[in-house]
Parts: sequence; C-alpha cells; structure tokens
Amino acid sequence: MSMHAFIFGELSWSVFPHNAINWGGVLFMFACTAALLAALTYYRRWGWLWREWLTSLDPKRIGVMYLAVALVMLVRGGVDALLMRAQQAASTGASQGILSANHFQQIFSAHGSIMIFFVAMGLMFGLINIALPLLLGSRDVAFPFLNSLSFWLFVAGAALVNCSLFLGDFSAAGWLSYPPLSELAYSPTVGVDYWIWALQIGGIGSLLSGVNFLTTIVKLRARGMRWMQMPMFAWCTMGSMSLVVFAFPILTVTLALLWLDRTLGMHFFTAGGGGNMMMYVNLIWAWGHPEVYILILPAFGVFSEVVAVFSGKKLAGYTSMVLSIWAIVFFSWLVWLHHFFTMGAGADVNAFFGIMTMIIAIPTGVKIFNWLFTMYRGRIRLVTPMLWFMGFVVLFTLGGVTGVVLAEPPADYQLHNSLFLVAHFHTMIVSGVLFGYFAGLTYWFPKISGFRLDESLGRKAFWCWLAGFILAFGPLYVLGLMGATRRLDHYPAGLGWQPLFALAGAGAALIALGFAFQVAQLLRSIRDRELLRAGGDPWEGRTLEWSVPSPAPSYSFAQLPVVSARDEFWARKQGVAVEPAALPAGLIELPRNSALGLAAGAAALAAGFGAVWHIWWLAALGLAGGCAVILLRAFDEDTETVLPAAALPPLPL
Amino acid sequence: MKRLWLLLAVLCAATGAVAGAALLSGGALPLLFPAGPVALAERHVILLTFALSGLVVLPVFGALFFFAWRYRAEGPAARQAHAPNWDHDSPLAEFSWWLVPSLIILALAVLAWQSAHQLDPYTPLPGGAPLTVDVVALDWKWLFLYPAQGVASVNRLVIPAGVPVTFELTADAPMNSFWIPALGGQIMVMPGMLTQLNLEASRAGSYPGFSANISGEGFSGMAFEAEALPPADFAAWAASASSSVPLDYPALAAPSENVAPATYAGLPPGLLDSIMMSYMAPASTTP
Repeated sequence: MSMHAFIFGELSWSVFPHNAINWGGVLFMFACTAALLAALTYYRRWGWLWREWLTSLDPKRIGVMYLAVALVMLVRGGVDALLMRAQQAASTGASQGILSANHFQQIFSAHGSIMIFFVAMGLMFGLINIALPLLLGSRDVAFPFLNSLSFWLFVAGAALVNCSLFLGDFSAAGWLSYPPLSELAYSPTVGVDYWIWALQIGGIGSLLSGVNFLTTIVKLRARGMRWMQMPMFAWCTMGSMSLVVFAFPILTVTLALLWLDRTLGMHFFTAGGGGNMMMYVNLIWAWGHPEVYILILPAFGVFSEVVAVFSGKKLAGYTSMVLSIWAIVFFSWLVWLHHFFTMGAGADVNAFFGIMTMIIAIPTGVKIFNWLFTMYRGRIRLVTPMLWFMGFVVLFTLGGVTGVVLAEPPADYQLHNSLFLVAHFHTMIVSGVLFGYFAGLTYWFPKISGFRLDESLGRKAFWCWLAGFILAFGPLYVLGLMGATRRLDHYPAGLGWQPLFALAGAGAALIALGFAFQVAQLLRSIRDRELLRAGGDPWEGRTLEWSVPSPAPSYSFAQLPVVSARDEFWARKQGVAVEPAALPAGLIELPRNSALGLAAGAAALAAGFGAVWHIWWLAALGLAGGCAVILLRAFDEDTETVLPAAALPPLPL
Repeated sequence: MKRLWLLLAVLCAATGAVAGAALLSGGALPLLFPAGPVALAERHVILLTFALSGLVVLPVFGALFFFAWRYRAEGPAARQAHAPNWDHDSPLAEFSWWLVPSLIILALAVLAWQSAHQLDPYTPLPGGAPLTVDVVALDWKWLFLYPAQGVASVNRLVIPAGVPVTFELTADAPMNSFWIPALGGQIMVMPGMLTQLNLEASRAGSYPGFSANISGEGFSGMAFEAEALPPADFAAWAASASSSVPLDYPALAAPSENVAPATYAGLPPGLLDSIMMSYMAPASTTP
C-alpha cells in the first residue's frame, strides 16, 4: 500500500463533481452553512447554541433539533424530486433532458433514502421527543443520554449523505440498492458505500431510539396512568417502537453483509460465487415493510389527538383503536413478500402474502371509521391540523384502494415497478406520514415555542400541498396504466407520456410553493409571536401536555402528575377528575448537559467516512473514539443536576 | 363550508386536469385495453378489486364531508347536538366497523387465491404447443433466443399471434424485470436463476416492452418492441433471420447502450443453460 493510499484511501482530486447541477447544490449548501455560522458569530450565539441546544439532553430540545435537520433534509430531497420531474418532463425522443442517466439514478436513490431515513424518521422522532414524555406525564425519556446519542447518529448519517454531493458520488442502485447491481462488480464507485454507511449509522440511532421510547412508555407513565388510559399517540408510538426494536436489527445485518461483499469480497448476495440476491431482497423488505408502519403509526397517533381535540370530543372507539394498532403491528410482519410477487415464488406463496396484505386494510379502515365517528356530534374547528387530517383521509382512502389492488398478485404482475406503484406509495407516505407530522407540528408548536403558527399561511400551504399532490401523482397513476415503468431517465417518443409527465412537474412545483408557504409561515409566526402568544392550553386540549405552560419548561412538570382518567387534563377541566394532591414537591432531577453525544456522532461520521473511502486509520479512529465516548459516559456518576422545587414559578392553572 | 367546497373544487379540478391530459396525450392504455388473454384476465382482477375496495370510498368521503360541515363549530348542530362524551360503546356497533371491511376483504381474498393460481406466470396457456423463447437480460439489452428456429434477436421480440409463448428467462447482468404491458404481467430476470412467463398475443401488432427493474446506467435503453405477426409471417421472419450473421455471444454480452435491433443465426447449443450455469460455478472460475 502506498503512503497516499494509506493516508487518503481512495480519495483523489477526481472525486469532485463534474456537473453544474451538483456544484450548484454544493455551493448552495456551503453558502447556507456560511451564513448560519456568520449569523451565530455576529449575534454572539455560540455559547447559547452549545449550552441550550447541542449539548442539551432535554427531549423537547432534542426533538426540535430533529425537526430542524429533517426540514433541511426535506429541502434536499425536495430539490431531488424537482430535478427528477424536470428530467422526465423533458427527456423523450431526441431530447436527453438535463441529467445524465447515472446522475438521474443517483438522484432518485438519494431522494428515496433521504425522504425515508432523514425526513420521515426525523419528523417522527422529533415529534415523539417533544410530545411523548409530556403526554405520559413524565419529565424525560428513560435514557436521556441515549436519546442525544441517537440524535447525533442521525445527524452523522445525514451528513454522510450530503458529503456524497461533493466528494465522490451517491448510490445509483435505487433507495434499497438491490444486489447484484449494488455489488462491487456493477457499482464500483463509493456511491453504494455512502448509502450503506449513512443508513447504517442513522439506523443504529433509530434502533437505540426505539429501545428508549419503548422503555419510556413501559416505565415512565405518570403515576396512576393505566394502560387503557394512555393517550392514543403513546399507544401508536409503542406499536411503532416495538417494530423498530425488531426490524432495525435486520437492516443492520443486511447492510453489514452487503458491505462485507463489497469490501472483503464475500459472496452473500453476489451474482455467482454462491451469493443469493433473493435473500437480500427478502431481508431488506423484512425490515422495509415494518418500516412503513413504523413511520405511519405515530402519524395515526397525531391524527387521533388532533381529531379529538378539534372536534371537542373524546376519541371514539378507544379500545378498537388500540386493538387495531396491534393488529397492524402483527400483520406488518407477514406481508414483506408483496414487494416482489414478480420474483416467481409460486401461486401459494403469492396468494398467502397477498391476503395478509389485504387483511391490514381492515384495522386501518377501522381507524378511519373511528376518527370519523369522533367527528360525529362534535364541535369541529377546521384549523390547519384538521385540514391536514381531512386531506389525509381523502388521499389515504384512495391510496388504500390502490394498495388493495396491488395486493392482488396478478394485478401486481401488471402494476409492479410501474409509476402506478410509485404513485401508490407516495400517496400513503405523503398523506399518511408527512401530512400527519405537519398536523402534529402545527398542533404541538405552541407547546415548544410559546406561540401558535400563523393560520392563514398554514391554510395556503395546505391547499398547495393537496392540489399539488393530486397534480403530481394523479398523472403517475395514469402513466402506470399506460405501461410506464419507474426510474426511466429517458423514454421513447410516441407513447403519449410526455404531457402527463409535464403535468406531474407542475404538481411538484405547486408542492414546492406549498413548502415555501410553510417557510413563510414559520418566519411570519416568529415575527408576530406576541400576537400569536399561546397560553398553556391554546387548543382546549385533552391531555397532560396542555396542563403545563407554553413553552414547556425544561423540567416539564413542576409536580409530577397523578392520573385517574383517560383524557386526564380534559377530565380535570370538567371537574370529573380532581387534580390529585400533588406528589411531595421534592427535588427535580434533570440530566446535566453532555457533549458526549455530539462527540459520538462526530466519531461515527469519521468512522463512516473512513469506511466509505477505505481510509482505514480514520475508520479505526472513529470506532475507537465512539467506544471511548460510550465508556466515558458509562463511568460518569455525576450526570444529574437538581432543581429545588421551591425555586419554580407557580403552576399556570 | 367554504373550505369544504374549496376542497371539492380542488379535487375535481385536479382530477379533471389529469384526465384531460391523459385523453389529449393520445397515449395507449395497454393495461386497460390489452392485446392478450393474460393481460385481459389481469385487467379483470384490477378492475374488480378497484370496484370492491372502492365500495368504502363513498361512505368514507360522505361521512367526512358531511360531519365536517354539519358539526362545524359555527353551525347550529355544534351547539344543539354536541355530545363531548359520545362514543359508540356498544360492542355491536364496534363489531360492525370490523365486519364491513372484513367482508369486503374476504371477497377479495377469495379472488386473490383463485386468481393467483389461475394466472400463475409459470402455468402454460391453453391452445396447443407453445413457442419457446429464451430471454437473456444483458447490460443493457434483451437477447431473445429461439431454440427451435435456431435464430436470435436483440431488442426486438417477434412472436406469432394467437400462439401461446413460453418465456424462459435469465440474466447475464444485474436483476431486470421483463414486461410487455399489452400482453401481461412481468417477471423478474436474475443471473444464475431461471424464471418463466407464459403470454400470448391475441392479434397481430407491435407492443412496447420494458425492463421494469433498474439494472444500471443503460437501463432506460432496454425498451423494446414486441411484434406479434400472423403465424405464416413469423415463419417467414424466422427463415430470413436464419441467414443472419452468427451470434458472437461474448461480444454481445459486453455492456452497450441503446442497441439497435438485430437478428443472429448460428446459436451455440445450450446457450441459456451455459449462461445460467456460469453463475453456479465457484467464484474463481466465474467468467
């Protein structure tokens, strides 16, 4: 090994991007970062940033940081989407569009990976961090430091994806990188390695979060809160996190095996040499299908809270809702094969998995009925969270119908890998997951900031998203029926596809406008924060988070609540539940700030970057650094700080 | 109320725009207007499932919009009929929410079981002895081998209309998926594996085919035409193709993009098997 190869691995001067679009993205990214750093310096906010945010172990602060990273990554994934729409609208017949085939393939691979791992997961963990402990009447999560570690691993994964923008390239093998295309023989650049390590690092963070939140729900519910008194968001999160705990290890192992193939010349999934690519496809979907429910269950939880609050009614069919969550959790393990009916598994196997897939529609349908009956005889305030909910019901029901169609194996033979499939899963994930988290963001925003989001811009954003979504994905359903396959960087002229692709591009632009309204909404709300100032309970809330001031203080509850009813806060306001005699005031123990989570994230980023570029000393250093950080923390006895209860301001109610 | 009308208007306008663009584009809808018995039967499954599962859409939309309007906070019902603690706590009501979707899914499950067996891609079609075509997915083109005729074709599939065709498929490339939408559903094509697909074209015509699974840089160029000819014309095509240049498989298998259709003669015996078996050998001997 030469000295250069030892020090720099496979890095060389040729790793920088070779096209203007890539450079545009890089310069934009660097310009934004530079502006941010300059602003922090100019306003002397470095110390504030370090103490209040980067080293904070307060789950509400960590939650906000998750949301911030997720929204930044949404911009990245959204620009990818716009580029794809532009390419497909232009690239037919003699025109080759604006992107090379390889660049287009990198972009759709990055779009899928980013949107699932660093947008949807980020929004989900952000809202869980903000809302779950408050809903449970707890001051914190079970393992505050682990929470910070999870977050910084998530950031390290996201940073690694963005490194690929200007050093080397990203995977061009699709968001799930099926072998043998993703094997070294067919993808010799570092792209797939970036994909592996970004997902691996982020995925380990997710797994740790799963353990953390599951333990929080089991162990840290307020005194007196029985299982069947838990807020529905907590039930949904519990279902989701129990899937995380079992599904993410599968992803970890699958990615590790693919890495062994690529790096040490093993043959788990290679074409030839005894490798079996079908095993990879099974494994990745054994994680991948539960992942869909991991993302959507907490969004169902958000909708359950939102519909009850804005209908001024208790959630209808609570028991049924709980049962349906666990039915979904159970059946989500029995459907993975529907992602590859077309692999030729045989009629018995295909029919079994098709029927299991359809069965999931039953508990999901029951949930929708129960939300609708929550609205029945309510007093419905059609504010933005409720609009997101209604948009969700409309799109999700239609998407559910197309999902049942795809669950029929013979229908899937015709529709698989077509744009009909692409439109279907975007309908489910955008309307279910994204709309759900947008609703949750609007709903819980006052609790973390102290003021509401501007309603009028929020409504404009919603209408743009809804109309834009229908315009962007309606044509894709039709294109699927026209036989258009996914992931084409170019298609023959004369098939009549171009007008529909152009319409889809207009829809994507409308969605981008919707996002711009959301950014404007955030800025205007910050400007008008005094007008939008919210008290502890701005929505006539039902659950415990609304019983504390907004923004919620670092200790959340001055006195830990005791629970005796399902919608405890509502019951107290109705005089049904008496606010129990406060627990002895005692001392409030809060975790001390710790920079070790950030250090572990930096170590993981270094290790991942070293592994991608075969800079083995860096990988080893990162790994050792990560282990050292964990050990350091494990032997730190002094991790808590104590707040005397007498020093707190009085309760707001 | 205004918002609900706005929602409906947005839905209608957007749907109208999509439908209008689809009609104006003049593109074919091969899944809905197929050209073969398999695609026809699959269309039946698609439409029947749409209809049955679509049964829930109207009541859901109806209830959503009706409740949102009737129980709006500013309306009279919200004052008079507001029942903050209302719940359909009767087990019977609860049972019916589970029962209705269950019955629909039961019907669809029966359809799934039956149709998955009837339309198993490995089951030969009725109608006499099928023509066998061996399909090899290469980087980045399709090689069609006609063992009985002793000819081969690249990126142009020629079959006789009205005759069942059995495809035996493998890849000498990453995973692909072989799909001719007008004739029927796709099957994946993998190195070291043999998959099968049975299709038939009811009438003569030219039908676009694709690789439906990303296989690398030249993937988009794997679009091909499937030509169904009257049987006599097919025989004539095979005869004329047999005077083509001999197939130089290793040269053809080297990666190339957007390859123009061509015919070859002089097939090496057992080519499909040897391509497949090359992936079965120990790694050190893999070509």
